[in-house]
Amino acid sequence: MEYILIIISAIFVNNVVLAQFLGICPFLGVSKKISTAVGMTGAVTFVMILATIVTYLIQKYVLDAFGIGFMQTITFILIIAALVQLVEIILKKVSPPLYQALGVFLPLITTNCAILGVAIMTIQKDYDLLEAVVFSGSTAIGFGLALVLFAGIREHLDLIDLPKGMKGTPAALVVAGLLAMAFMGFSGIV
Amino acid sequence: MTNLQNFSKGFFKENAVFVLLLGMCPTLGVTSSAINGLGMGLATTFVLIMSNMVISLVSNQIPDKVKIPSFIVIIASFVTIVDLVMAGYVPALHAQLGVFIPLIVVNCIVLGRAEAFASKNKILPSIIDGAGMGLGFAMALTLLGSVRELLGSGKVFGITLFNETYGMLIFVLAPGAFLALGYLIAIINRLRKA
Repeated sequence: MEYILIIISAIFVNNVVLAQFLGICPFLGVSKKISTAVGMTGAVTFVMILATIVTYLIQKYVLDAFGIGFMQTITFILIIAALVQLVEIILKKVSPPLYQALGVFLPLITTNCAILGVAIMTIQKDYDLLEAVVFSGSTAIGFGLALVLFAGIREHLDLIDLPKGMKGTPAALVVAGLLAMAFMGFSGIV
Repeated sequence: MTNLQNFSKGFFKENAVFVLLLGMCPTLGVTSSAINGLGMGLATTFVLIMSNMVISLVSNQIPDKVKIPSFIVIIASFVTIVDLVMAGYVPALHAQLGVFIPLIVVNCIVLGRAEAFASKNKILPSIIDGAGMGLGFAMALTLLGSVRELLGSGKVFGITLFNETYGMLIFVLAPGAFLALGYLIAIINRLRKA
């Protein structure tokens, strides 16, 4: 039951993009086509789960064990940066087709604040390891859901005749606002 | 470029939020009130000035291969300082801003200025650039925060301008952030062209 609560809350109620404003850069940057949105989602899911597991273990067995919790930000961002590099190198060697699909998105992920944000929130919420994995996985699904929905709307946005100043980002932000409003409808269910 | 031009470009010509569209996560996430926006903006300004200063001093010593990781470590150190100082002296604001304080480290503006400006310039221009960019960011956040607070609850910086019952609550909530920023950028686009 706890896990179901975590999943529903992370995907719909506290959607990482539309309610918590993490990962806005890729949300606005790679949402022009559905296919790139799907690719980005894949890369984010992969790295987010992996990063959460590694940072969780480091926090528990290194930072907490030695009482150096203040090093959290520095340690986590370095782990994430190293992890992204590592994933890129391994993927290139082991699975070239997967690398072709996700490769271009991987370098962008280091500065995706959703990854660092989820790693820090996992620690703040005091989850155990399994809950952390469930939480990061469902957060990534929520990110993907918002991204793909948004990309679908944006593909049609180009066809609309808008006032000059509204074209591009402003129109996209207003659409994101409407999408966020739709997601607020979920707020009663948990 | 004179020092004054260098300082003022962050406010209008190259404003991080309205023109370059960088640092969107804190921009949308913390601007539910003017004071939160200002606090976040000033915290980012401090990190920008300090990291620009240190990076302009040491960038000649850093080999190219480890340039970006070293920049990130320098930035993360200053973010940690800000985090701890704010937790100690302004605990209420620190709790309001929450996870967005450690997330200054992945704010594209900070790393962007380090890479594009501080690593190539001397210390004084780098400090001025950091201050201009940071205060421009703070100005944008305060403006967005004021607009949202005013439309949402009829207040600015906690001072009541009209009765709260006439406010549109949606502007304080998540969707209002997107809507307010979208229309603000549209207005600024229009003014820039005119």
